[in-house]
Amino acid sequence: MPNIHTELEKRILVLDGAMGTMLQQYKFTEADFRGERFKDFPGSLQGNNDLLSLTQPEAIKTVHAKYFEAGADIVETNTFSGTTIAMADYQMEHLVYELNYESAKIAKEVAVKFTQKDPSKPRFVAGSIGPTNRTASLSPDVNKPEYRAITFNDLRVAYKQQVEALMDGGVDLLLVETIFDTLNAKAALFAIEEVKEERQSTIPVMVSGTITDASGRTLSGQTVEAFLISISHVPLLSVGFNCALGAEQLQPYLKRLARETEFFTSAHPNAGLPNAFGEYDQSPEQMQALIEDYLKDGLINIIGGCCGTSPNHIKAIADVVKTYEPRKIAVKTYE
Amino acid sequence: MNKYLKLSGLEPLVVTPNSNFINVGERTNVTGSRKFLRLIKENKYDEALEVARDQVDGGAQILDVNMDEGMLDGKEAMVKFLNLIASEPDISRIPIMIDSSKWEIIEAGLQVVQGKSVVNSISLKEGEDEFMRQAKLIKRYGAATIIMAFDEDGQADNYDRRIEICERSYRILVDKVGFPAEDIIFDPNIFPVATGMDEHRKNAIDFFKATKWIRENLPYAHVSGGVSNVSFSFRGNNPVREAMHSAFLYHAIQHGMTMGIVNPTMLEVYDDIPKDLLEHVEDVLLDRRDDATERLLDFAETVVGVKKENDGSALLWRNDALQDRITHSLVKGIDAFIIDDVEEARQSVSRPIEVIEGHLMRGMNVVGDLFGSGKMFLPQVVKSARVMKKAVAYLQPYIEAEKDGKAEFAGKILMATVKGDVHDIGKNIVSVVLGCNNYEIVDLGVMVPPEKIIEAAIKENVDVIGLSGLITPSLDEMVYLASEMDKKKMNIPLLIGGATTSRAHTAVKIAPKYQNTVVHVNDASRAVTVVGNLLQDNNAIYKEDLREEYENFREQFLNRGKQKEYVSIDEARKRKFSIDWKSTNIVAPNHLGVQVVNEFDLKLLEPFIDWSPFFRSWDLHGRYPDILCDDVVGEQATELFKDAQQLLKKVLDEKLLKAKAVFGLFKANTVDHDDIEVSYNGSTYNFLTLRQQLKKREGKPNYALADFIAPKETGIQDYIGCFCVTTGFGTQELAQKFEAEHDDYNSIMIKALADRLAEAYAEYLHKEIRVNHWGYAKHEALSNEELIKEDYKGIRPAPGYPACPDHLEKQTIWNLLKVKESIGVELTENLAMWPAASVSGYYFGNEQASYFGLGKITEDQLKDYALRRQITIDEARKWLNPNLADQ
Repeated sequence: MPNIHTELEKRILVLDGAMGTMLQQYKFTEADFRGERFKDFPGSLQGNNDLLSLTQPEAIKTVHAKYFEAGADIVETNTFSGTTIAMADYQMEHLVYELNYESAKIAKEVAVKFTQKDPSKPRFVAGSIGPTNRTASLSPDVNKPEYRAITFNDLRVAYKQQVEALMDGGVDLLLVETIFDTLNAKAALFAIEEVKEERQSTIPVMVSGTITDASGRTLSGQTVEAFLISISHVPLLSVGFNCALGAEQLQPYLKRLARETEFFTSAHPNAGLPNAFGEYDQSPEQMQALIEDYLKDGLINIIGGCCGTSPNHIKAIADVVKTYEPRKIAVKTYE
Repeated sequence: MNKYLKLSGLEPLVVTPNSNFINVGERTNVTGSRKFLRLIKENKYDEALEVARDQVDGGAQILDVNMDEGMLDGKEAMVKFLNLIASEPDISRIPIMIDSSKWEIIEAGLQVVQGKSVVNSISLKEGEDEFMRQAKLIKRYGAATIIMAFDEDGQADNYDRRIEICERSYRILVDKVGFPAEDIIFDPNIFPVATGMDEHRKNAIDFFKATKWIRENLPYAHVSGGVSNVSFSFRGNNPVREAMHSAFLYHAIQHGMTMGIVNPTMLEVYDDIPKDLLEHVEDVLLDRRDDATERLLDFAETVVGVKKENDGSALLWRNDALQDRITHSLVKGIDAFIIDDVEEARQSVSRPIEVIEGHLMRGMNVVGDLFGSGKMFLPQVVKSARVMKKAVAYLQPYIEAEKDGKAEFAGKILMATVKGDVHDIGKNIVSVVLGCNNYEIVDLGVMVPPEKIIEAAIKENVDVIGLSGLITPSLDEMVYLASEMDKKKMNIPLLIGGATTSRAHTAVKIAPKYQNTVVHVNDASRAVTVVGNLLQDNNAIYKEDLREEYENFREQFLNRGKQKEYVSIDEARKRKFSIDWKSTNIVAPNHLGVQVVNEFDLKLLEPFIDWSPFFRSWDLHGRYPDILCDDVVGEQATELFKDAQQLLKKVLDEKLLKAKAVFGLFKANTVDHDDIEVSYNGSTYNFLTLRQQLKKREGKPNYALADFIAPKETGIQDYIGCFCVTTGFGTQELAQKFEAEHDDYNSIMIKALADRLAEAYAEYLHKEIRVNHWGYAKHEALSNEELIKEDYKGIRPAPGYPACPDHLEKQTIWNLLKVKESIGVELTENLAMWPAASVSGYYFGNEQASYFGLGKITEDQLKDYALRRQITIDEARKWLNPNLADQ
């Protein structure tokens, strides 16, 4: 198995783009989501994208393959909502292990094929671990600020189950992403550390937070630096940002992050900000130009796309990174 | 690569070599701030948040939060407060210091903060394994931690021990746990200097040297500490203390201290310390001269003197007008001049009664106002009462010589400790304070049967009845008395007070039994207000308000959210606490059987006294010795402590109290789950224990004391002990003597001291048992502080207290040890011990034995218990009433 650390020393690695955007093009119906297996399952299942790994595995494989073809080094498993907490919306808590396990297997199968084709460019699978739909340090009820809809322990247990299934399915990395609330991420990292210890594993971990708006803070209120400090107790492969903002808006925060951290950095911004219709319309060329600014400043080690990005965006990004050196880790001192 | 300590709230805090000293805000700590404790206890979290906000606004860079208080659910309070802080961005921008001596509270805190916080603290005290376990978890939760210089042998108190423990802790953390060195903050213990004891001379300099050593030899680690400890010897002398704090900090920072808990209001600017004072202070801190302590003590006198001179020299007030002098004597509690002044006053009026109604009452009104507004404290008021009583006693013969010379009182109050109870400190304090406020007190004393209270109330035509009690059966006595008064259609308001009473019990159990007013009054200052309101001419509205308030409270209480769940007694027994009897270490006692100690030198007990409850009995709240320098009550506490020491010395020197003890160690085994069978001299005795029934989460046992003794069916011989100690003989005589001299202050004081001595004797004897008589802890070496914190192995639970609320168990102890016959301590009908300053209980020696609270039990256990005790269910219900779950 090629070592991702060695690859990162050599070059900038490219992460894939949006899964959801690609799946929308299939225009799957309720019946497609259900497949044969869930045709009598109670409640609506349309929109449960993670379920497609079981009911439409070929579509998922195709999306992974398209991103690898475009030049991605790493694809993310189709498991953004793969916890008992998020799956409760569909009463599918009992399927969490299978969803993660199968998603990991599908992605790994595609990755292995591509690596075999060109062993000089090894391909990796990152197990995607989303934020769930609850926040551990914010109250959903403004009149009861001390109330919490979820506890650290609930999150830890749910994340642990997801992590174990992803690892059993063969992922090469874990990616805790789209972090709105740092406490959720800390619970995920706690669970990961437990599993790593139990399995004597050194699986690399990527962390990616989300700066929600121009305030420059996470949803739970932390600045870039405070967020970084709060998750740096775990040995990480990389730390970075994704979602909510486009490449342009993300740049100042990425600069601050790159200056402070000894981990590799990552970014997978959206294809710009949504337009009046809620669509992302930044073209691959536009996004490429903005990303090139990151590269000129030496900010980045891993780069990809989030909402609204397609294989074309990833191809544009993969093309431009070839000519640049990866970020060298140099941390500012406070003298 | 930098290795700076980095913390975060919503914003980062990075401690670099160029950072200034980091201030830790310390007011959101229930052990350090009475105000904060009160706010949390009263569920006033909004105001508690304001305290936090003030700390942040005042420049705190880290916020210390501590909820370690016996009466609080510390875990719940910690989580709730931290959750609330998280919703206040202007507070949560700084990192949190999660401060607790209990790991479960620390862990609960770690689970609710998104930033990187600091744990305060862990140490090697419970051995390497626990230390490593906790450190690993702290790392995994993403926090830094304070490490106390404390190990299995105790707290480091010299240079060598400090660096030995810190180095060992560091190596374990860095090498074995992989803990980041920059996240380690040592607290190498700041101890007082200038105590007069040679071994304390190097306390400051050892701290400085240890700090320097840590910074030079343990790369990237930091040093912190609580600064105010250093100046304990000078409590009461703030100028000297402030100078000591800033000089200490100045040198500590020079030696590498990075952060600390400092009260900014108790800090002088280093450069503003007068040169001569600074020199004396630094002589002490740096141990520069052999006579440094004496010189600073002498110099400190002049510093105090300067202040006093500003107030007017000591006796200047003697030149004031007569009324002012009398008021001054009353307010300050000075009795040296009162007879002279009262005589002068008597000659200035036509009838002697006018001195009481005029001069003295005017003075006492000032006392009452000051007390009511929180500017005087209970011990001062009791001293004022002493002066008042002396004055009245002097005037009495003159008044009686006159016809119709009767004093006019504001009202007549009957006070009594209820049937079967002997505790009267609180009752006497309330009597004195009411007496000061011109109420006539009819004190029926202790163990007063209900008929006698009712009879006296009618005969004396009293305006209010005050009932007091300390043991749990007294609660039922009060309920009974209320219903009797109701039957007789009495219309006298009833005041309820005493340690076991509560507003909840009063509202839920007593008030509904009596048509007239029932009020719970648990401190003396409230008693004055309540009685004043009850006796005003137009009191109907007040009474109506009270009744409504209690009705609302009762409704709220009965409907309160958290409905507790219980398991059946059978289920609870299945979930008993199990000790692995094959591997546990049972030590056979060196001496089996009963021993009596009739001669004992009380002086041996002095170091064993736990002073904190003593202050509590005087309504001064705080932990000894911190209370002596408390912002609010420190001065009063110091004075009270001085008086207590004086009386204690007299008691010890003149052997005024007599200590006795009887104890026994016996073969024992648990039978039928919850009974402990003891065999002695061919007879068997059964201790009946009660089992927790609250439904707990999986893996948490439902305890009964019987779990700590090997069951008979294991075939393993186990042992139990029991004891009774008293230091109460002589108390009553002394108290009566003081009362005859109109000295309520010392009458209350002697009782409070006797109580402390009895507890100290129990502690002392327990140690003797562990080390000698039973001998399972031969090599135990614990400091007094650790003894008070009950850090030793084995427990000594007492019937009537949380682990075994059943007072009937005392009868078994009395039968087994022949307590009455051997040392003369008796049980009243409600099983209070007489003399009151006595302690009885069991000894459990198993190292896994621990204290717990029984909580509530349900009907099935009650029935089972009645069968085992061979009493009727009604009788069992009467004894266990406070522990029965609401049906």
